[in-house]
Amino acid sequence: MRYIPNSPEERAEMLAAIGLKSADELFRSIPKDVQLGRALQITEPLSEPEVIGSLETLAAKNTAAAKPSFLGAGVYSHFSPTIVDHLIQRSEFFTSYTPYQPEISQGTLQYIFEFQTLICQLTGMEVANASMYDGSTAMAEAYLMAQRVTRRDKIIVADTVHPEYRAVARTYTQHGDAEIVPIGFDETTGRLGSLEGLDEKTAAVVIQSPNFFGCIEDVAAIAEQAHAVGSLLVVVVTEAISFGLLRSPGSCGADIVVGEGQSFGVPMSFGGPHVGLFATREKFVRQMPGRLCGIAYDKDGNRGFVLTLSTREQHIRREKATSNICTNQGLIALAATIYLETMGKKGIHEVAMQNAQKAAYASRKIAGTDGFEIAFSAPKFNEFVVRGRKPATEILRALRENAGIIGGLALSKYYPDRENDLLVCVTETNNRQQIDKLAEALIAANRR
Amino acid sequence: MTIKKVTQHPSQNEALIFERSQTGRIGYRLPKLDVDETSLDEILPAELRRDDDLAGVPEVSEVDVVRHFTRISTWNYSIDLGIYPLGSCTMKYNSRLNEKVARLPGFINLHPLAPEEESQGALELIYELQNDLSEITGLPGVTLQPAAGAQGEMTGVMLIRAFLDRRDGEASKDRRVMLIPDSAHGTNPASAALAGFTVKTIRSTDEGLTDLDHLRQVCNEGGVAGLMLTNPNTVGIFETNIREICDVVHQAGGLVYMDGANMNALVGVARPGDMGVDVIHLNLHKTFSTPHGGGGPGCGPCLCSAALAPFLPVPRVVKDGDAFRLDYDAPESIGRVKAFFGNFGMMIRALAYIDTHGAEGLKEVTEAAVLNARYLSHYLKDDFDKPYAADPMHEVVFSHKNQSKKGVHTLDIAKRLIDYGFHPMTIYFPLVVEGAMLIEPTESVGRADLDAFVEAMKDIDREAQENPQLVIDAPHSTRIGRLDEAAAARKPVLRWKPEEHAVGAS
Repeated sequence: MRYIPNSPEERAEMLAAIGLKSADELFRSIPKDVQLGRALQITEPLSEPEVIGSLETLAAKNTAAAKPSFLGAGVYSHFSPTIVDHLIQRSEFFTSYTPYQPEISQGTLQYIFEFQTLICQLTGMEVANASMYDGSTAMAEAYLMAQRVTRRDKIIVADTVHPEYRAVARTYTQHGDAEIVPIGFDETTGRLGSLEGLDEKTAAVVIQSPNFFGCIEDVAAIAEQAHAVGSLLVVVVTEAISFGLLRSPGSCGADIVVGEGQSFGVPMSFGGPHVGLFATREKFVRQMPGRLCGIAYDKDGNRGFVLTLSTREQHIRREKATSNICTNQGLIALAATIYLETMGKKGIHEVAMQNAQKAAYASRKIAGTDGFEIAFSAPKFNEFVVRGRKPATEILRALRENAGIIGGLALSKYYPDRENDLLVCVTETNNRQQIDKLAEALIAANRR
Repeated sequence: MTIKKVTQHPSQNEALIFERSQTGRIGYRLPKLDVDETSLDEILPAELRRDDDLAGVPEVSEVDVVRHFTRISTWNYSIDLGIYPLGSCTMKYNSRLNEKVARLPGFINLHPLAPEEESQGALELIYELQNDLSEITGLPGVTLQPAAGAQGEMTGVMLIRAFLDRRDGEASKDRRVMLIPDSAHGTNPASAALAGFTVKTIRSTDEGLTDLDHLRQVCNEGGVAGLMLTNPNTVGIFETNIREICDVVHQAGGLVYMDGANMNALVGVARPGDMGVDVIHLNLHKTFSTPHGGGGPGCGPCLCSAALAPFLPVPRVVKDGDAFRLDYDAPESIGRVKAFFGNFGMMIRALAYIDTHGAEGLKEVTEAAVLNARYLSHYLKDDFDKPYAADPMHEVVFSHKNQSKKGVHTLDIAKRLIDYGFHPMTIYFPLVVEGAMLIEPTESVGRADLDAFVEAMKDIDREAQENPQLVIDAPHSTRIGRLDEAAAARKPVLRWKPEEHAVGAS
């Protein structure tokens, strides 16, 4: 096996050196009756070209990957500068681990510190952690943290928060004391409806903005209502590119901001690995989940970085820890950091502008076609709901078969009563030709 | 011997990117906007827009970014540099082949909500990996959804909880005790708490094994939902009584969860399913070589017996004739633990690893990994206190007992190893060994490197006896010395702010 440095001869010598006759003797402590005693029934070893060949065959079956697509809904197609993927493949980054020994892990620690800083700048919050698994688990952790901070258990969550995020949060909270109260949205605007159930037992109001339908919420107004009863406001962001243009949740009064950082130069990869963002106010830092990196000095006064405030974490606090998380999404947080620094102040703004402009162009174009309208009147960023006269699943099939386009997401997947609604996402990777073709294909699909 | 610090090289002095920023520098270029532009006010009212000009976000050129990250990368130790013997972390070689195949356009450009009929390759890959892991563990139920080991644990204990709730109905509420050995990873009790369990600690014997008498006694007290056991355990010893341990827990009405962190000692040799284990998680980033990435991403598949399978998360990937599809129809499922399907990119790498090795290669890895640990154990045991007499499996624990008499502790030995060019072992874990040093070489280290590591450890022991201060002051060769972690925690500075760290841009 080419990944094992020692040859069979060397291994035989090593066995002899420690007084063993065969490799089998290494396993004497495993009782015979629990040893397998046969070969595993998996493949014969494959050569390098064979592995490449078989995975290329599988990859080729993912025909959707090569088609123009207007899918968003929590995972977005964005341009990533070449150096992002190049730099994360440096051995020093991708073959190291959690910086347990700061003196020889300063590279990792410094980028975590930069990541935390960038996430604070974008979200308008005071502290951010070193990453969570993804947006959905970050939101679940926000529920738990809000309960700890407020010592209250009611969580009011908008129906316009990503349905898979809500499902994950339900799993995380099903054995705790949380009482989860869903609230609906306004059919005209697509924004949050009235905050029914908000009272002095409420730990958190949880909203997403832009929400699952692409509508931008009035975050400041919701924050005011939540704070009036002593509740926290948790703002979820699934499309992180929106930070480049939209007022930050922190400046609108959010207490916890969680989100998905995949848009920052990370490939879609069938849903993962991505990177969860988690930011909050300084006064809540000791209730935060996840790793934190901070500045420290050596005895000569040199500045360095260490993992800090770890008394919150599982390896110290065990069952009383703020979270069970250990390994997080380090390398993906690095990709996001490199992306944000490469794009910089101007690039983050420009890419957000292009998304908003292209989506606005697409929605104008589609709104002008016969048989389709744009649902919901609230301002939008790069996603919007198109409402037709036929089931969206039928429209999507026609788009695929006749125009080779993945037209978006039929909302009925998550909202069964919204049969004719189609969620469309337009990013800077969709060119005008694709958008025009989508509009034409929609008209054709309606005629059939 | 003192080594003078070198701080002149440019790579030693890299500032934070924020300190490098210069107004007007650009690192990107996007295609020109190719659609008719509208006034921004029409799209987004001003009150919804940012007005802070993204204050603080850096402005740097592409060259600045490449140099920045290349420079700071040189401050890291990595597997590609040499032995990285963190116990319980399995820091094995990460093949470039796996990186290459994980970046095939048909994988990275695939949206998780794309139609199933146009994502068949991805679903087939998940299905294949599920089958392989099922064969390797001897457990038929499987989900690849958990993002890392701790989430796999949470999934596992939630399966136990769901099974008990179903089996016992109302009476399940009297069965809320999760037994966890004192040597366990901290994630075990933290995950158990998320499933609503309270934790009772099981003692270890002087031989480093689960104390069966204590286990029996606690089981007799009742209310036991299950046991979370690492095997080989966290001192690197196989729980020889595993069958009996499982029987005791099962007779008490509980289930056995195995933490699969140490599966690198077992693959191809023994299977948890054959030991009586009901549910296990694996760490693809340990046993199956997906890169550790400075702290993730991981992937923590959870495998279970047929009895627990109805409770696995949704969706599941199933095969229908020649096609693969997602199955959401599982009314007893614990629900989703993560959006979409988990860290798919890690699954590609793990499958490439398994296919490259095949059955015989995987067993060879296990043998080589255990041999390397046994070899280190053999050559270090005369100079370092080995608290347990039993032969270790893939990792071996020592303590600082022989050196602490001279005032040299585990932390000092670890820091001194850095001067010798090695990444230290896991230190102060497991907690049951005072001054623990847990060494896991993995199969990816050649004999000469093992010998060099042994030599370094013996030298450090000699230094500890003859010149302890040299070890206590280590490291001497790094860019920075030991950092004052206590001060950092007292007054945490967790982000850069311009006024606090005004340093001239480089």
